[in-house]
Amino acid sequence: MNLLTAQAPIRVPRSGKGLALGIWRFLVVALVLMLSLGFTQLAVAQAEPDREMRTAAPSISADQWRQVRSGETDANFRDSRFDSNYNLINSSGETWRQLRNRWVSPFGLIAIGGMIAVIALFYFIVGRKRLDEPRTGRKLFRWSLLMRSLHWTVATLFITLALTGLNLLFGKFVFRTLFGDAVWAWMISASKVLHNYLGPIFGVLLVVLLISLLKDNIPKKHDWVWFKKGGGLVGKGHVDAGFANGGEKAWYWLLASVGLIVVASGFVLDFPNYGQGRDTMQWANIIHAIGALGLTAVSIGHIYIGTLGTEGSIEGMTTGYVDETWAKEHHNLWYEEVKDQAMSEEEMAAQKTGSNSGGASATKPS
Amino acid sequence: MAQMKFMCDAERCIECNGCVTACKNANDVEWGIQRRRVVTLNDGEADEMSISVACMHCDDAPCMAVCPTDCFYKTDDGIVLHDKDLCIGCGYCLYACPFGAPQFPQQNAFGERGKMDKCTFCAGGPAESKEEEYQKYGSNRIAEGKLPLCAEMCSTKALLAGDAQDVADIFRQRVVHRGHKDGAWSNNPQASADNLAYDAARKG
Repeated sequence: MNLLTAQAPIRVPRSGKGLALGIWRFLVVALVLMLSLGFTQLAVAQAEPDREMRTAAPSISADQWRQVRSGETDANFRDSRFDSNYNLINSSGETWRQLRNRWVSPFGLIAIGGMIAVIALFYFIVGRKRLDEPRTGRKLFRWSLLMRSLHWTVATLFITLALTGLNLLFGKFVFRTLFGDAVWAWMISASKVLHNYLGPIFGVLLVVLLISLLKDNIPKKHDWVWFKKGGGLVGKGHVDAGFANGGEKAWYWLLASVGLIVVASGFVLDFPNYGQGRDTMQWANIIHAIGALGLTAVSIGHIYIGTLGTEGSIEGMTTGYVDETWAKEHHNLWYEEVKDQAMSEEEMAAQKTGSNSGGASATKPS
Repeated sequence: MAQMKFMCDAERCIECNGCVTACKNANDVEWGIQRRRVVTLNDGEADEMSISVACMHCDDAPCMAVCPTDCFYKTDDGIVLHDKDLCIGCGYCLYACPFGAPQFPQQNAFGERGKMDKCTFCAGGPAESKEEEYQKYGSNRIAEGKLPLCAEMCSTKALLAGDAQDVADIFRQRVVHRGHKDGAWSNNPQASADNLAYDAARKG
């Protein structure tokens, strides 16, 4: 409007009357101009927020924040940090933290503590499973030197990994205040180094152990009966079992499934040099922790049954030989297969001196 | 006691990376480590927006919560610091941090990452001497009564550092002046028309 009226004075006045009209017109135009300017200023003052919103660069939209939260990055995402593959916000970090701190940690503690409590209770109420019959003194060969070495190496590694892993998860609540920073710094650093370097060795040896024990751990029909009778806890008498009983097979297949998952997720965590991202390692960590805590809890059962819980069991894994009575009571089907190979201590001694090495000459019968 | 906070006004950040350079210079950090980064969304488009990110010194810091060695601590000024003598380089703080602040000098096999490094709000860290502190954590400007160099050198004053209340006040003034209906952060459900200066820094 101002522009239109402002064009008026351009017309050239031709007479006096015209000149007067021209001046008059000019004054009107000036007045209109001034008034309109004033109004405009008022309007600008009132409309400033709206106008800024219209003219400013559009701020980021809700959809873009959603994208940031979801972790997607498009072609127009830039991060000034060298080699960065991060989104603006690591929104899964909080999920990981809550899963680890509020679920995995406390329930892991409950699982392991509960296992210890149940076993202790069982030990004090029911007590040790003793041999029903007296020992015959005749021995059956059960574990070769190689298998025993493998078992104890894997066992030592397992216990070391379990203790260092537990220290990584729970140690700070106990040992830092107990021993002070100097000892704690050494302790936790050693835990991490041991865990990270022994882990892969454990993984490899576990696979070797699983392969060498596969033959003895194929599930059979009588294993189902073994489980229905709770391994002999339900009802009277012993339950049928071959070289490995139902419980041992369960432990084997637990290691062959969960154990391998723990090993695999451990490798993901242990080798960041392959460039796997934060999100991958968050999940690997959760899987690793759940699996490892579960295995640790069950391993306590395995350790109890193999040592304190059952008379005569530990002998097989230390000397390689078990007593005939033990074999008959705990692994009757296996006993039937190998009973004619039973030897007395004297015969064993004679065989050892004869061949000069007991472990090598004796072959595993099963 | 002050509650130290960073705030980056995304409407002002021009992606000059001055904060990144200032930080690197003030703290003399290791090669490959960059405590502050600038993220640009929709680069080259009409709605391009940049924001400078480093450790935000969270009230409820996830890094502190997950650290197996408990090496993090909070100063009286609300600054999250960590003890490099306790750090084992497990990387958990990195998994948990919302802002990708923790960084490691290495990324080698067997989880060998070295000691974690992150923004200290230019407040150094635990050490026996000033020299050791500088060598491990960079400068301690807070002890000298100065604010972090990144914010001090920000050319558009997009990056603000200081007590949360002061930072919020400055941002509030800007928002009131701009008159954004939802406090500069679009579609903030908690902002309303009668509360133009909704404090996005603290509650948004």
